[in-house]
Amino acid sequence: MDLTEFLVKTATIFVVFVLTLVIAMYSTWAERKVAGFIQDRMGPNRAGWGGLLQPLADAGKMFFKEDFIPALANKWLFIAGPSLAMLTALLASAVIPFGSTFRINGHEIVLQGVESNIGILYVFGVVALGVYGIMVGGWASNNKFSLLGAIRAASQNISYEVAMGLSLIAILMMSSSLSLGEIVAQQHGMNWNIFYQPLGFLIFITCSFAECNRVPFDLPECETELVGGYHTEYGSMKLGFYLFAEYINMFISSAIISVLYFGGYNYPGMDWVYSQLTSALGSETGHNIATLIGTAVFFGKALFFIFFYMWVRWTIPRFRYDQLMNLGWKKLIPLAIFNIIITGAAVLFLKPVITAWLN
Amino acid sequence: MISDFGYILLFIISGLVLLGVMLLVAKFLRPDNPNEEKLSTYESGEDPMGNAQIQFNIRFYIVALIFVLFEVELLFLFPWAVVFGNEELIAQTNGAWGWFAMAEMTVFIGILILGLAYAWAKGYLDWVRPKQQIPEIKSPVPADMYKQVNDRYGSK
Repeated sequence: MDLTEFLVKTATIFVVFVLTLVIAMYSTWAERKVAGFIQDRMGPNRAGWGGLLQPLADAGKMFFKEDFIPALANKWLFIAGPSLAMLTALLASAVIPFGSTFRINGHEIVLQGVESNIGILYVFGVVALGVYGIMVGGWASNNKFSLLGAIRAASQNISYEVAMGLSLIAILMMSSSLSLGEIVAQQHGMNWNIFYQPLGFLIFITCSFAECNRVPFDLPECETELVGGYHTEYGSMKLGFYLFAEYINMFISSAIISVLYFGGYNYPGMDWVYSQLTSALGSETGHNIATLIGTAVFFGKALFFIFFYMWVRWTIPRFRYDQLMNLGWKKLIPLAIFNIIITGAAVLFLKPVITAWLN
Repeated sequence: MISDFGYILLFIISGLVLLGVMLLVAKFLRPDNPNEEKLSTYESGEDPMGNAQIQFNIRFYIVALIFVLFEVELLFLFPWAVVFGNEELIAQTNGAWGWFAMAEMTVFIGILILGLAYAWAKGYLDWVRPKQQIPEIKSPVPADMYKQVNDRYGSK
């Protein structure tokens, strides 16, 4: 029993890794296709049908490029930087609930890497660690541009982390649980958190743009001021890690947004679909197919937010650094604190009134 | 029985293995002919001047300090948020629990806001921007020369 459980978990971890990597890989392709569409050009179309093999070609190029470590750089930290960035990005995918459960021969398999009771706290912690990848890499390069870019990136990430954490608190006050699986289960059907937390959602999505260093917050890289920012000295696979980590972070944050605010695998009318399927196909196959539909809905939501990231990237110009800091500290943090107080008052006073009125 | 954190450890190990394999495969595949020029630090094509451990704006430290303060206070909010709306506790205490938790946290958040207001008033949240410098040029030609010329000859 223990061994089968262990094997199932190992297989789940493998699947989660492969899924995250494939989605991140094809996000690079989608990014260029979306950019092409928005700028009225073709985008990649040579490698494979519609350029579908382009990510593989890019990965191949990353593998075959010569890689050198600058003579003045700190060798081990230079390698540790991108590895840390990639590792922290991958680790956050461990607790994302991709769907409800699979039933095989009476065993229930949860479609989630680790069903942890502190899921959201874990994601928050791992995302906070992401700063180290950038900071270590930028410092170890021993290059002025890298150092300045890394400091900028770190300062930006930590500023927006506070507002992000505060907007999470409001969600936790409503759900009374830190487990992501539990938070999704509470948003059954159409009971999504976005209807209760519109302000929190706006703060959260803004902060996740800043955490992923995406436009309009892509200040760490700036050709005119900082050359390549913290990855100026990087090339080959290590640069690939940094760029890939950005796309993995994008997928993770899209998935977290859809889990926290848009109900994850829940969709309106899911109970009706579930009862129809189980009565038609039996409690095992019907349940599994219902779960698969839920997972497809979850991926639809997550992929929409990835598209949203790209859409914003080609629509909005970037901020200046002082505007970025003002937005983070002077607008988002007070708003997030206000949101917490409003949520607290609503949970205590409004909720009993509404439930009494509904009954 | 492996606990949740055991699986997270498994996750970390498989992540490290994946990274190691990718770096190793890349190491065997790629060419490797370094020379002095390639190994020098990039500084816009110039010879690099000195070390990169330079002084940078002190504001970054201040931001980091304020961040640490807020992050610690934020972590105190996490356990509170989980038990705050607990219906059992509210029912057991006849609704006093919600009032108590809310009042307690209002005081706590009040202190948090006070800290933010202090940093704000002191100007620690303002990002210094270089002031625009308008060049002052001493010229023997008076500034309104063109205007005078235009006035004088423009009407003709």
